[in-house]
Amino acid sequence: MNIFLQSGLGVAGVVGAAIVLLTFERPPVETVQRGYRGTGMELVYTERALERISAANIVPEADPPVDPVGQRASEVYENVQVLGDLDAGQFIRLMAAITAWVSPEQGCNYCHNPENLASDDVYTKVVTRRMLQMTRAINTDWQTHVKETGVTCYTCHRGQPIPRQVWSTEPGRSTAMLAASAGQNVVSSSAGLTSLPYDPFTAFFRDSLPIRVNGTTPHGPNNRASIKQTEWTYGLMMHFSQATGANCTNCHNTQNFASWNDAAPTRISAWHGIRMVREINNAYIEPLTPLWAANRNGPPERGSATMSRLGPHGDALKTNCATCHQGAYKPLLGAPMLRDYPELNAVSQNPTTPRSAALAPR
Amino acid sequence: MAEYLNIFTRVQVRGPAYPGVSLPRSDEPRRGVPRFLHLAGKLGDAQIGPIYLGWLGVLSLACGFVAFEIIGLNMLASVGWDPIQFVRQLFWLALEPPAPQYGLSFPPMAEGGWWLMAGFFLTASILLWWLRVYRRARQLGMGTHVAWAFAAAIWLYLVLGFIRPILMGSWSEAVPFGIFPHLDWTAAFSIRYGNLFYNPFHALSIVFLYGSTLLFAMHGATILAVSRFGGEREIEHTLDRGTAAERAGIFWRWTMGFNATYESIHRWAWWFAVLCPLAGGIGILLTGTVVDNWYLWAVQHDFAPAYPAVFPPSADPAIAAGVVR
Repeated sequence: MNIFLQSGLGVAGVVGAAIVLLTFERPPVETVQRGYRGTGMELVYTERALERISAANIVPEADPPVDPVGQRASEVYENVQVLGDLDAGQFIRLMAAITAWVSPEQGCNYCHNPENLASDDVYTKVVTRRMLQMTRAINTDWQTHVKETGVTCYTCHRGQPIPRQVWSTEPGRSTAMLAASAGQNVVSSSAGLTSLPYDPFTAFFRDSLPIRVNGTTPHGPNNRASIKQTEWTYGLMMHFSQATGANCTNCHNTQNFASWNDAAPTRISAWHGIRMVREINNAYIEPLTPLWAANRNGPPERGSATMSRLGPHGDALKTNCATCHQGAYKPLLGAPMLRDYPELNAVSQNPTTPRSAALAPR
Repeated sequence: MAEYLNIFTRVQVRGPAYPGVSLPRSDEPRRGVPRFLHLAGKLGDAQIGPIYLGWLGVLSLACGFVAFEIIGLNMLASVGWDPIQFVRQLFWLALEPPAPQYGLSFPPMAEGGWWLMAGFFLTASILLWWLRVYRRARQLGMGTHVAWAFAAAIWLYLVLGFIRPILMGSWSEAVPFGIFPHLDWTAAFSIRYGNLFYNPFHALSIVFLYGSTLLFAMHGATILAVSRFGGEREIEHTLDRGTAAERAGIFWRWTMGFNATYESIHRWAWWFAVLCPLAGGIGILLTGTVVDNWYLWAVQHDFAPAYPAVFPPSADPAIAAGVVR
């Protein structure tokens, strides 16, 4: 063998090894049969991914229950607007739990003015009130998705004032005379490293653009859904897959994606999940935008200059499937945290003080 | 005696440089002085050049270059003219066809106009190259089999990017220019039209695709295996079956009872290769124009099997909610 051949084979070997190692999933990969045999209805898991997911979904130990004081929180404390019906003892237990869930490093003063805990000076207190109402709404109105397990602040926050997995509308790309990227065709982790549309969230989790593209008859003369529209739906499905760590067959019979007949019951839960996320974003998060606009870096003393509360377009940081799921098929692997905090189901849904009151200078 | 081995040719057969048959006066002269490249000889013929370009070749290359530039510059623009990002994201970048609302009209340049321009020049380049292949074959007194095989591929290309979009009334139905984008488009196309695996022409196309590779492997292996008896001189064996042809034939008669001849194997290969894009093109042409959901079509025609239910029957929650979204 001459030197050219040797070096040629060497280069080919290195390139080949790189392709094999970087492209393929390292064994062992486990498959679990999900549908009828021989139809490829399988869920795919790797030990590594499961370990990573379980490590990221550890539930904090519940605070021990407290004996009731016998007085309602609204009788003991001032300006308790949504938790007034709680027993004062339970109220304090919940306050401590929220601090541990949302702002363990920043402490009580992330939301409270230490000189007057009752005041609404710090805008985050007004946000929290609305978030408590949202939690209650999720747990009572959206049992189609959260079932009896329910959610707590920790389901999303995981010890951080801003949940790790949030989204805001992606900035468009201006390319003057030349073609824009049409919301796709760049490297993007939200599209699962495909070239599919990278911001399906604005289209489906804020706006409610049509998701369904398949016809219901063989010849479907009235089905005008385009291939481009299909790519947006596909992008949304990539997000589902990434957020829940599951492949398509977790919900769909891939023989016929659109069919409800052969679909796993998880698909119904997911259908409600889409509507739930949309309501969370539009009814609870979006209306709070002026508060974040006035405090882009968080509370004046406890915020962080490195993390903006708004996206590049000035819209609020919103939720998608990953905000709660964080790679797990069920958030926190289905741990029923809510059971230990029945206080969250006693949140009053009555209107609270207008937000503008909190915007007043201290 | 010289042997042809599995991957590389160990012994290079090299005669004096051959300029090719003489050209008529109307043709351009060939360009370049023929020379020999040892490495090229390891894979194929060691002689490089002379090359015949002619006006068809020049025009084809020029049109191809224009299309290449339009696509490349648009991709570069989509990453803000950043050359590093261009290289890093190259496989993801694309030039997209117009949005559905433009139908078959000519959209603004930045919203699909460039895609139409690139498509025009690429198509012109390919068709000019086809003419060139046809003309050169005639010039050498050959049959035009290569040109017609190429035409089969062009048929599939035109169905995807031109004929079907026109029948659908929208350029947006066509394929984007880009590596991953065209693959994602393919997946989305299948999903939109109810799973292309239930399209019988798609199935037929795959038969010919895999059949082609099977035939290619069988033929290549057979000829290499009898090259020690001079088996690579296929044309001579077509007329005068020597020991290589006899052995190659008897090998397949022993193993499967039937064998091709040195002539017929190439006919098999040609038809398998050509029928792959021909059948595929028909399948694409029927998708969306005649059939909207291939799975349901297959159920209607008893082409798709019915599997026993595994999950409890679930109803569409949108019907209960009264909104289909």
